[in-house]
Amino acid sequence: MNKFSRTNSSLLETNKEINFEFNGKKYKGFYGDTLASALLANNIILIGRSFKYHRPRGIVSSGSHEPNALVEILHKDFAEPNIKATTVEIYDGLKAKSQNCWPSVKFDLMSINDKFSNFIGAGFYYKTFMWPSSFWEKLYEPLIRKAAGLGKLSQSKTNRISEKGFLHTDLLIIGSGPAGLISAYIAGLSGVRVLLVEEDFIYGGSLNNESFYISDMHPQAWVKFILKSIKKLSNVRIMKRTCVFGMFDHGTFGALEKLKDSKIEQMFWKIISKKALLCSGSLERLIPFQNNDLPGIMLSGSIRSYINRWGIKNLSDVLLFTNNDDAYSTAIDLIENGINCIGVVDTRENPRIFDSRIKVYKNSQVINARGKLYLQGVDIINKDGDTKHIKCRYLGVSGGWNPNIQISSHTGVKPNWNEKIHAFVPGKNNISTHLKVSGSANGIFTFNECILDAEKNVKAILRDFKIKPKKYQLPLIGKQASDISPFWYVNYGSKRKWVDLQNDVTVKDIEMAYLENFRAVEHLKRYTTLGMGTDQGKTSNVTGLAILASLSKKPIPEVGTTVFRPPYVPIPIDSLVGSTIGKNFKPIRLTPTHSWAEENGASFTESGLWLRAEWYSKKNELNWRETVDREVISVRNSVGFCDVSTLGKIDIQGKDAQEFINKIYCNAFAKLSVGKVRYGLMLREDGLVMDDGTTARMSENHFIMTTTTANADSVYRHLEFCHQCLWPDMEVHLISTTDAWAQIAIAGPNSRKVISKIIDPEFDISNENFPFMACKEISICGGVVARLFRISFSGELAYELSFPTQYALSFVNYLMEIGKEENIIPYGTEALGVMRIEKGHAAGAELNGTTTALNLNMGKMVSDNKDSIGSVLSKREGLNQSDDLKLVGIKPINSSDQLISGSHLFDLSSKVNPQNDLGYITSSCFSPTLGSYIALGFLRNGSNRYGEKIRVNNFLLKKEVLAEVCNPIFVDPNGDKLRE
Amino acid sequence: MIINHPLLGPRDISEFVYLGDASLLKRPTWDSNKSEEKFYEYLYLRNNVAGIHKELWFHQYGDRSWLVVTRNTISHEITKVELAADISKKLAKANE
Repeated sequence: MNKFSRTNSSLLETNKEINFEFNGKKYKGFYGDTLASALLANNIILIGRSFKYHRPRGIVSSGSHEPNALVEILHKDFAEPNIKATTVEIYDGLKAKSQNCWPSVKFDLMSINDKFSNFIGAGFYYKTFMWPSSFWEKLYEPLIRKAAGLGKLSQSKTNRISEKGFLHTDLLIIGSGPAGLISAYIAGLSGVRVLLVEEDFIYGGSLNNESFYISDMHPQAWVKFILKSIKKLSNVRIMKRTCVFGMFDHGTFGALEKLKDSKIEQMFWKIISKKALLCSGSLERLIPFQNNDLPGIMLSGSIRSYINRWGIKNLSDVLLFTNNDDAYSTAIDLIENGINCIGVVDTRENPRIFDSRIKVYKNSQVINARGKLYLQGVDIINKDGDTKHIKCRYLGVSGGWNPNIQISSHTGVKPNWNEKIHAFVPGKNNISTHLKVSGSANGIFTFNECILDAEKNVKAILRDFKIKPKKYQLPLIGKQASDISPFWYVNYGSKRKWVDLQNDVTVKDIEMAYLENFRAVEHLKRYTTLGMGTDQGKTSNVTGLAILASLSKKPIPEVGTTVFRPPYVPIPIDSLVGSTIGKNFKPIRLTPTHSWAEENGASFTESGLWLRAEWYSKKNELNWRETVDREVISVRNSVGFCDVSTLGKIDIQGKDAQEFINKIYCNAFAKLSVGKVRYGLMLREDGLVMDDGTTARMSENHFIMTTTTANADSVYRHLEFCHQCLWPDMEVHLISTTDAWAQIAIAGPNSRKVISKIIDPEFDISNENFPFMACKEISICGGVVARLFRISFSGELAYELSFPTQYALSFVNYLMEIGKEENIIPYGTEALGVMRIEKGHAAGAELNGTTTALNLNMGKMVSDNKDSIGSVLSKREGLNQSDDLKLVGIKPINSSDQLISGSHLFDLSSKVNPQNDLGYITSSCFSPTLGSYIALGFLRNGSNRYGEKIRVNNFLLKKEVLAEVCNPIFVDPNGDKLRE
Repeated sequence: MIINHPLLGPRDISEFVYLGDASLLKRPTWDSNKSEEKFYEYLYLRNNVAGIHKELWFHQYGDRSWLVVTRNTISHEITKVELAADISKKLAKANE
C-alpha cells in the first residue's frame, strides 16, 4: 500500500507500517488502523458471508456495533471467532480470515441457501425440525450446526494470560467523547477521584470522526489539548482499551481491558464507584430497502470516520441516503477530501440546504441496490413515483441515531421513547442513584448542548459529594443542526430488505412473525432472532421495533423494547476466569504430613479442597488393592497411623458451652463429664442428619468438637448461626482450629504400646486410668503440648493424638522410628474407609442429606426430653414409617462377587423396576479381614431382615449379585477390641 | 453487590454466604403441643416478597458475623444492615 493513498490524520501514524494477513494474503496498514480501516484502505470491502443465507457481506460500521464484518483471528495456538474487524487494532503479524464461507469468501458453496430463502424464513427451524424427535440428535442438530452459525471454535485451549482485579473510585466516567472528557475535566479539576474509561484504543469518541472546529482547534487537536490538562490531575485515572460492559448492583461495574505489549493480555475489572456517568455516545441505524446488505453499503457516519480518523481516501462515487441532517456532514467531509460525492437522497420534504456543492434528491427513497458481490448502483424513487438508476460504489445510510443507553438499563430501568429524536433515551424518573447519563447517550446530539448537559450532570454530582467546582472554561462551537423526521424502512418492492444484518432478519420475517401472532417484542426477538448475536442489534433493534409498531398500528413506546442485559459487548469467557484455571482453579489444602507422605510412596486423593494420602504403595505391590489389604491387615494385627488432621475441629469455650452443645447434637450431652469424649449426631432443623463427629470435654467450660472433613465449613457456619441468631445470650465462643492442630490416628492392638513410648512419663494411659472414650491434655516427646483421645474409627484399640501443626513432620519420623518394634505402618484414606465399612460406621455416603437418625439405626439416640436442632421435626410421621430404610450390612453369597455402590436392592422373586426397589448400596469394598467383598446400604425394614437373601442390581453396568443381608457391624460387633 | 457491614464498612459480596429469610431468627419453642406445626411453618413457609425483604447473610470470609440485611428485592437496594445477634437479643428480651 502506498502511504499517499491516505490523507493526513493525526490519529494515524503513517511512518509506522504494520504488516498483517487477511485470508492468507499479506497487506500493509499503519499504526492507528483497525483491521477494517486497513482493509478498506486496501480496497477490500467483502469480508465474510452471512449467518443464515451466506450472503456476501462487507464493513458496515466503524466500531463495536458492527453487525457484518466478523472475522476469525488466528492466534499462535488458538483461533478466536466472531471478532469484529472494526474493533481489532492491527499489529505486526496479525492473521485474520473470513468466516462462514467455503471454499472462499468470493465463491461460497453454502450460498445455495440464499436460493432457498423462501423456505427458510423466520421460525423455519421450529417448524421443520419438529419431528420425528429421534432425528433431532442424529440428523437435524449436526446438520444445522454445520450449515448455520457464525464462526467456528478452534477447539484448542487459549493460552492467553488473563487476570482479574478490583478498582475503587468515586466517579466512574464511561466513554471519552466530548461529554466524558469535559466531565472528567470539571470533576477532576474540582478534586474528585475520577476513573475515565474508554473502550477504543484512542480517547475522544465521536470527536475523532469529525472535522468541525472547537475553540479554533481541530476536534482531534482539542481532544489532545483537554487530555493534557486531565493527565496533569493526579486524582484522575484514565484507561483506554477498556470496555465497561455492565452495571450491577450498588455501583458495581464490570469492565474488560485489552492490554497491549503486556504479558497479561486481558484484565477483567470489577469497578466499584460511588457515582457513575454514562457518556457512551450514540450509534447510527440503518434503513432497510431491497438488497441493502450489499458490500459497499455502510453507515453514513462511519464513512465520515473512515475519512477523518483513518484518512481513507480511496472511496469513490459515494451516495448518501438519510432521514436527518447528519448525513450532510458526511457529504461535506467527502467533498472536502476530494472524494466524489454523488449526492444525498433525503426522505424529507424540505431538508435544509447545507452546501450548494451537494446534490440533494429530496422527498426520495433508495428502493433497491444492485450488484452481486459489491454495490454497483441503486434505484431511487421520488414522491411522484419516478424511478431513477444511480451508479455508485458506496452508499452511506443514516436512519437516525440511537443513544447508547444499554448500561443505564442493566439494573432494570426501562428506557423512554423520545419523540424529538425518534429513539429511546434513558428512563429518567427511576434511574439508579448511582448513574447519570450525559451527552448523546442522553439523546442530546449537538456539541454545545452535549457539553452543557455534561456540565449540568457533573455539577449535580459535585453537589452530592459536597464539593465546590473549581473555575473552568467550556468549549463551545457554532450552531449545529440535528433535524430528523422518522423514516424506518422503504416499503417498496418484494425482494428482501435487511433489518438485522448479523442474523439475516428481513422486513418480511418481522411481518411473518406478526402474522403468526408473535407480536410482543420479546416474542418477536426470539422467533426471528432479531437483535441477537455479537452486536445485540445495535444497528437494528429500534428499526425492528418501529416496523412491528407500524404493522400493529401502535406508537413505538406502546410496542416497548426488549430488556438490555450485560454484557454490552461479547466478553471472552477466559477473561472472566482469569488465572483461576487448572491448579489455580481452587486452593489446595495440604495435610501437615503431606511432604512426608509424598516421600513415602503415598498417592493422593482429593477430599474437598484437601489432598489426602489414599495409600502408601510398596515397591513389590502390583496394584492398589494389594497395598490397601496390607495396610488393613497390619493395623488389625499390630499398629498403623493415619493423618486425620482434615477433620474439622471447633474449639468451644464458655460458661454455657455444654448447654450449647447439648442443643446442637440430638443425643444427650448434658452429662458428659470432664475427660470424656462422646459421639454426637447433628440434625438439620428438618430432622435429617447433617453431620456427625465426636466432642471431647477437656475441662469444665472447654470442649473440642470434630466434624467430618467435608462439612467442616458448613457445621461451623451452622454453629455460629445457632449462637448469634438463636441463642445470642449464651456465653459461648467458637473458633475453628482445624489448621492449628495436627491430628494423627494411631490404631491397632499395639497402639497403646507405641503411644506409651511417646508420651511424657507423668501420664498414665493404662486401660484402667484412660479407658475407651477418655480424653486428656498431655505432653509428648518431652514437653510438646498434645491432646489424646481414646476413640476409634477402625474398631481396633485406637487413639487420636493432636498437637500443634508445626511438629507434624518431626512427629511422623519419630513415630516410625519408635514404632519399628511393632512394625508400625502409615495407612491412607482407602484403608481407613475399608476398616470403617467393616466396623459399620456411617460416613459421607451414608450421611447423604436424605437420611435420618432412624435410617442409621440411631433413632433411639434422638433425645425426647430436650430442645435440640431438628428434634421436633425428626418426629414427623413421614420420617418414622415402620418399613423405613435401615442401614444394613450386605455380603455377597459368592465372596468374590464385587458389590458396587449405587446398586439397588430387590427381593429374589420381584421384578427389577422402580416400584419394587427396596433400597441401595452406599459404600462397598473388599474386606481383607473377612476375605470377602462387603457393603453397607439402606434397606427397607432392613433391621428385621438379617440373614435374608437379596438381589443387588446395577442398572448401569447391567450386573446382578446375589447377597445376604447382615448386621452392618462386620467386625467385632460387641466392641470388645475397643475396650481392651 | 456491596454489603455495608455495621462493623467493617462496605464489603464485596464475594466475602458473604447467603442463607435466607431473617424469619429464621424466630425459632419456635420445642415443648408446646403445637410445636410440630409451628416448626413446619418456621422452616417451610416463606413470604415471597416483592419489595422490602430482611435476609440473613454470613460474613464467612470476614469476621464471621451473621447479618440481617434489609434489601429491596425489586431494586436490590440495601437500606439497612444489622448484626443478627443484636436483633435476636432484642427478640429474646421481648419474649421474656
